[in-house]
Amino acid sequence: MDMKRPDEAGLFNEFYGHISFRSAAIQSILKDLPMIYGLTPKSAPAGLPNAMIMSMGPQHPSMHGVLRLILTLDGENVLDCEPVLGYLHRGMEKIAEGRTVIQYLPYVTRWDYLATMFAEAITVNAAERLANIQVPARSSYIRMIMLELSRIASHLLWLGPFLADIGAQTPFFYILREREMISDLFESATGMRMMHNYFRIGGVACDLPYGWVDKCLDFCEYFWFKTDEYERLITHNPIFIKRVEGVGVISREDAMNWGLSGPMLRASGVPWDLRKVDHYECYDQLDWSVQWATDGDCLARYLVRIGEMRQSVKILQQALKALPGGPYENLEARRINQGRGSEWDSFEYQHLSKKASPTFRIPSQEHYVRVEAPKGELGVFLIGDDSPFPWRWKIRPPGFVNLQVLPQLVCGRKLADIMSVLGSIDIIMGEVDR
Amino acid sequence: MNNWIQALSHPFAGSVQVGSFLSTSLLLQIGSFKPIEAKFVELIGVIGLIVGILFLLLGATLGVLVVVWLERKVSAGVQQRVGPEFAGPLGLLQALADGLKLLLKEAVHPSRADERLFRLGPAMVVVPVFLSYLIIPFGPGMMLEDLGVGVLFWISVSSIAPLGLLMSGYASNNKFSFLGGLRAAAQSISYEIPLALSVLAVCLLSSSLNTSDIVEAQSGFGVLSWNVWRQPIGFILFLISALAECERLPFDLPEAEEELVAGYQTEYTGIQFGLFYVGSYVNLLASSLFVTVLYLGGWALPLPGVVERIVPAGLQGSLLQALVGFIGLFVTLLKAYCFLFFAILTRWTLPRVRIDQLLDLGWKFLLPVSLGNLLLTACCKLAFV
Repeated sequence: MDMKRPDEAGLFNEFYGHISFRSAAIQSILKDLPMIYGLTPKSAPAGLPNAMIMSMGPQHPSMHGVLRLILTLDGENVLDCEPVLGYLHRGMEKIAEGRTVIQYLPYVTRWDYLATMFAEAITVNAAERLANIQVPARSSYIRMIMLELSRIASHLLWLGPFLADIGAQTPFFYILREREMISDLFESATGMRMMHNYFRIGGVACDLPYGWVDKCLDFCEYFWFKTDEYERLITHNPIFIKRVEGVGVISREDAMNWGLSGPMLRASGVPWDLRKVDHYECYDQLDWSVQWATDGDCLARYLVRIGEMRQSVKILQQALKALPGGPYENLEARRINQGRGSEWDSFEYQHLSKKASPTFRIPSQEHYVRVEAPKGELGVFLIGDDSPFPWRWKIRPPGFVNLQVLPQLVCGRKLADIMSVLGSIDIIMGEVDR
Repeated sequence: MNNWIQALSHPFAGSVQVGSFLSTSLLLQIGSFKPIEAKFVELIGVIGLIVGILFLLLGATLGVLVVVWLERKVSAGVQQRVGPEFAGPLGLLQALADGLKLLLKEAVHPSRADERLFRLGPAMVVVPVFLSYLIIPFGPGMMLEDLGVGVLFWISVSSIAPLGLLMSGYASNNKFSFLGGLRAAAQSISYEIPLALSVLAVCLLSSSLNTSDIVEAQSGFGVLSWNVWRQPIGFILFLISALAECERLPFDLPEAEEELVAGYQTEYTGIQFGLFYVGSYVNLLASSLFVTVLYLGGWALPLPGVVERIVPAGLQGSLLQALVGFIGLFVTLLKAYCFLFFAILTRWTLPRVRIDQLLDLGWKFLLPVSLGNLLLTACCKLAFV
């Protein structure tokens, strides 16, 4: 178990020997790089010779993909935790600079591959806001419906692994049962179950198919009771409560100072939801409330997310009823019935305002656009230079920012608490590493 | 072997060794004590014992296959899946197929492991578990070794297994395995004591450590005389501690997948990996058999005097014993599998506790309560009996 500590200078030369270094400052920074990226084994802290350094991940069952934590353990107690990122880095921001928006759309679903609609929404929103393109009301509603379905799907695939991290395997199968229905809905509307490629500049790729609205309403009714089932199974389970209550507490100030967003922020007593703050799409026209709690622990985050699923169902039910033009089949029937020049042919009832050209130019301006993704604030800072390609495409992924607080929360706690805290943060490495 | 007279005078109270009840008693009934015959009888007794051991080993292994199948099917039911269905009817042979696969796989061992300890670990886990079957009475007189200290033997033997876990965890030279081994040791120490104390209370009630005596003491008035009613607190304590001893889900910390990958099993492959599984399932089966013996009346039917009515009037001697033994076996296994069903459902329903919560529960709750239970039992015994 004792590892010989390699010579740091030797390692340094091995990794950086081919580079000639000029300034002493750069040299000193580069010297720490192997340590920063976890290439050199850390040694036990001075006062605790029995402390154990453990590398958890990137191949570990509960690291949600390829997160790596370098832990310093004293028995079961966590003394230090150092996340190492980048195992899933694919250069998403750089790829964007060589793609038009429409070419880039298939890539973005690979950021957060469990809440794919949000990445598409932000990609499309960034360009269309910069170019000031109007979106018809109908397509805005369709977008909203898709986003909320995607939010439920994402929260479901947070709930299952979160409980699995705590040791209960069974809820995973229950949430997949419901998520399957959402995938079916997505498949019938967009043709794909996960990587939809459905949003377009100025609207969505196609209108909802025949009977989709009814099916979605059925799902809402069904899912409402399933949320009750989850609550009956999980919320009052004494072992579950013992594992999550008072674990990973973030105060209101800390949450804001760390730049947390989404359920992480709302569970710490800040009722901040971009759907209410930014008034985007048509969320203002519907009746729903921001879910928030004040405890700031894992239980509060769990309750906030469960509440958000219920709110999403409420939004869905209202949006499906208020959808301008109604279900597609009615809209088409009325159009055909009234012939050319019908009011149902007007702008607000389209699913796409105008099909953008493949060489759609992004104006030479810059701005920051954000949406409330299930994990938090998903933003894009876009600089255009009047060419089809963005000059800079900076992604602000919620998971990456939320993950930073992890060492703060797990130091001084037990090994098993890492899993409940990490589970409650809800990260997807695809978007953390991009 | 000297209790054959008692065995013959009352077939329901005897405790003749299982291997010999077919032949020895019959021979003794017929013949007189000549030296050669006595030696012959002894030889037959030894052969009977070996046959009995083999029979029990086979039975326990088959029992494990059934438990694995039950676990898979019940968990599939809980999780709205189908479970194994292609290997054999209803997937009954799936466990056999898995075992065969593990047997044929290459046994890889890590280059920096301590090889002797690494190889010894799984055996240390499996052997004691099988040993505890020696003293389980499956029916009247159906036990391999009628030890006077019966239950104590089980408790002492079952505490060897965590040593094997610690050994294999340490020898693997892997930090996850090491932590798993440590957890196994800590857990078994803290749950052994409440387990032993709750068993002691039962022994007090039946004034014996002998397992068949404990069953006999519960057979008076059918379901009403079972120890569950006389020891409700002890029963619950025993259930919790038995689950913890078997490392079943609310307490499966040593192999907690989400924390320690696979705990002490992380570096094991092939049949050595399989042995841990065999060990844990055999242990589970043994624990449920002990729940049956200690609290659920063992082989006794819920209604008293039923066996005497079922058995045909003309039957006598060894045939009668065999029939009674068969009924006892059936009843014992039925009760044990009912408890197993409960254990499996628990596993697929509950989340896992944390290590400090586990130790808190063991030392700060179970231990005082089990001491109190023992004290209460002793007081009641002094006062009323």
